[in-house]
Amino acid sequence: MTETVLPTRAEKRKFAIDMRALSPFIALIVLIIAGALINPDFLTASNLLNVVTRSAFIAIIAVGATFVIASGGLDLSVGSMAALTAGIMILTLNSQGSADMGTLALGMLAAIALSAACGLANGLIVTFGRIEPFIVTLGTMGIFRSLVIWLAAGGTITMRNLELRELYRPVYFGNVFGIPVPIIAFMVVAAIGALILYRTSFGRHVVALGSNEDVARYSGVPIWRVRTLTYIIQGICVGIAVLVYVPRLGSATPTTGLLWELQAITAVVIGGTALKGGIGRVWGTVVGAVILELVANIMVLSNFVSEFLVGAVQGAIIIIAMLVQRSVHRGR
Amino acid sequence: MDSVLRSENISKSFGPIEVLSGISLDLKPGEVHAVIGENGAGKSTLMRILSGHIAPTKGSLHLNGQPITFSGPVDAEAHGIVLVHQEILLAPDLTVAQNLFLGREIKRFGFVDDRTMRERTRSILHELGTNIEPDREVSRLSIADRQLVQIARALLVPHKVVAFDEPTAVLTPIEAESLFEIIRKLRSQGVAVLYISHRLNEVKAVADRVTVLRDGRQIATRDIEGLEPLEMARLMVGRDMSKLYPEKPKTASDQIVLTVRDMVVPGYVEKASFSLRRGEILGFGGLIGAGRTELFEALVGLRSGHGTISLDGKNVHFRDAREAMAAGIVYLSEDRKGKGLLLQQNLRINLSLAALDKFSRGSFIDSRAEENALDQAIKDFDIRTRSRDLLAGQLSGGNQQKLLLAKMMLLEPRIVIIDEPTRGVDIGTKEQIYRFIASLAAEGKAVVVISSEMQELIGLCHRVVVMRNGRVAGEVSQSDLSEDAIVYLATGVHEERAAEIAAGHA
Repeated sequence: MTETVLPTRAEKRKFAIDMRALSPFIALIVLIIAGALINPDFLTASNLLNVVTRSAFIAIIAVGATFVIASGGLDLSVGSMAALTAGIMILTLNSQGSADMGTLALGMLAAIALSAACGLANGLIVTFGRIEPFIVTLGTMGIFRSLVIWLAAGGTITMRNLELRELYRPVYFGNVFGIPVPIIAFMVVAAIGALILYRTSFGRHVVALGSNEDVARYSGVPIWRVRTLTYIIQGICVGIAVLVYVPRLGSATPTTGLLWELQAITAVVIGGTALKGGIGRVWGTVVGAVILELVANIMVLSNFVSEFLVGAVQGAIIIIAMLVQRSVHRGR
Repeated sequence: MDSVLRSENISKSFGPIEVLSGISLDLKPGEVHAVIGENGAGKSTLMRILSGHIAPTKGSLHLNGQPITFSGPVDAEAHGIVLVHQEILLAPDLTVAQNLFLGREIKRFGFVDDRTMRERTRSILHELGTNIEPDREVSRLSIADRQLVQIARALLVPHKVVAFDEPTAVLTPIEAESLFEIIRKLRSQGVAVLYISHRLNEVKAVADRVTVLRDGRQIATRDIEGLEPLEMARLMVGRDMSKLYPEKPKTASDQIVLTVRDMVVPGYVEKASFSLRRGEILGFGGLIGAGRTELFEALVGLRSGHGTISLDGKNVHFRDAREAMAAGIVYLSEDRKGKGLLLQQNLRINLSLAALDKFSRGSFIDSRAEENALDQAIKDFDIRTRSRDLLAGQLSGGNQQKLLLAKMMLLEPRIVIIDEPTRGVDIGTKEQIYRFIASLAAEGKAVVVISSEMQELIGLCHRVVVMRNGRVAGEVSQSDLSEDAIVYLATGVHEERAAEIAAGHA
């Protein structure tokens, strides 16, 4: 009873390592070492840049998912939402005749507006309908997916204007000072996400809501607004991912974005965000998305396991990540 | 007579902290042995050791003169030692009979034999003097009936020792009296009853011997003959009881800050009215479930309800806690762990959560200001913690309450509503909390204290409003404050008459 708190001591804090926050980074290093040992081509700048570029879509979506999951929610509709957004964006571009920046900007605006609206719909149904987010987003997942198939009449929605395609191309294939544009996009999204989650009242409210909704409510946190906003942020992130995705293939099909929700959630969980809410790790999520792509890359470069089993390995990773989280949690 | 269960010099430590030291207790068949002590005195720990939930660090247990160690509660139960828990641990959607036999279903050809279980349930409940229907879902029973079901479940196994942990916390005096009848019946059957409580009048009524614990030590074991409640209280607290409560601040003004008229909370409160003055500590008494918590939750917008609320003469309505806070009213929940603090987050995040706007520069949080506020709160409220990086859930109950107070005081409220301010708090912290509440009133704030501890209401408050079944039953002014006056309003019967009525009903 006599001990009272001592003022913060820097040296004491330095050694209080949070395993949960660190484990994705350790896993990343281990994977890079393993990759380097398996195939000498792995540790080349072009291969690594390629891996990170490919992980950009999932990483950007997963940053949004970090907000939703940290607040205790879940969004299963992101893959379908991406497909629908891509489809509408291409249709918007096609409806405009000219191949100039104005048209492109209009298409991008339509994509972001639509995805934000989709997120808003998810958020409003979850908050005002008081329905489990799992059920709500399972429903909207079906709706969004089916709308794409309907718009594409079962086929493919393609950018028809070749000049416009050429104009748009650099957003995926271009680079700035040697760094591919998708990587820049995803680092910017992650940095903004981290700033919002860690440094603003809204971010603090997200974590409080995920920790214990009642406590948040009794503390005067505007829980409906906070929760709806997390889904809108998720929607906007999906929109940004689509902006980077569309110039890659220039089309949207009924299979666009299939299982992206699984990969996004996996990235978030590997990154150390608690699936039940209350802990959010934006940089962990980014690493998680890169890890998923690294595993696929290593599998392709090595001959141990067929690359057709990538999905199985990624599925196993999420289970292992949960087990690690559990044991770390018990240890504290 | 030989003892059936005996503990010899039992001690229990959690880490470096010894919570029980050198307890020697013997339970004889056919006696009711009460263990009394303040919150945190070690009663529950002792009970959990005796019933096999935890093992003692030092000392030994003897059953019928033979040394014994229990591997767990199931093992203790197999030896005839059963515990009736304080909290209701029943599956609400199952029927009474299903709950009674949960985990020990009677089977016939591999299938559950509902008919036999129903009959057994009926006969056991009948023995307990109640006619609860075995097929009724537990969620549809009253709290008192649920407790009876819980007792029936405990008594289902062959028992030599039955331990009751604060069984009357949720009961009206009449219901408590019929529980005492059950206990007396057990005693006449030669069962040893261990009765844990801090309600001294009850102990006087039901016990044969009393053991007093204070700060984990055994202060005395005495026969009930000649041991009066006042003496028990002195033994429990170990000092003059009058010093526990600070002097009541003079009510500086007659200025009314808050008036509530005809507040209705569907299902909980019917037309409650009261007013609150500046610099006043207003108590709210009544039994658990009388609607006090719900009334104030509706007042601050945490629950739907309607009525006229006027603050400084202006009518107001709060849609959520945020609006109430903006108007200078804070409510500190009785459910500290579930609604007060984020147990999985650190002290800093908890402290600033409600008043986060005060720590924002532009749209960003100023974490240095937060750290400074935490330093200040730790000093001002004497929050004792090993390290400031601990999670709120790792603090003791008393320190959690201080943290919750600190958190809400950051909002600089004018009206403070505290629900069960000292539940699960040790005696030293109680005194600090009482002094803090008195200082709030002295500063001119208006304070509402909702409490089920009558001594607390009497010792702390200027006036006490008593609720019964969702209505305001009456008000006790400072000069008339007494336990009997509050009990009378809370139950509609005088304490002495409660026993007679119960006898008449039985």
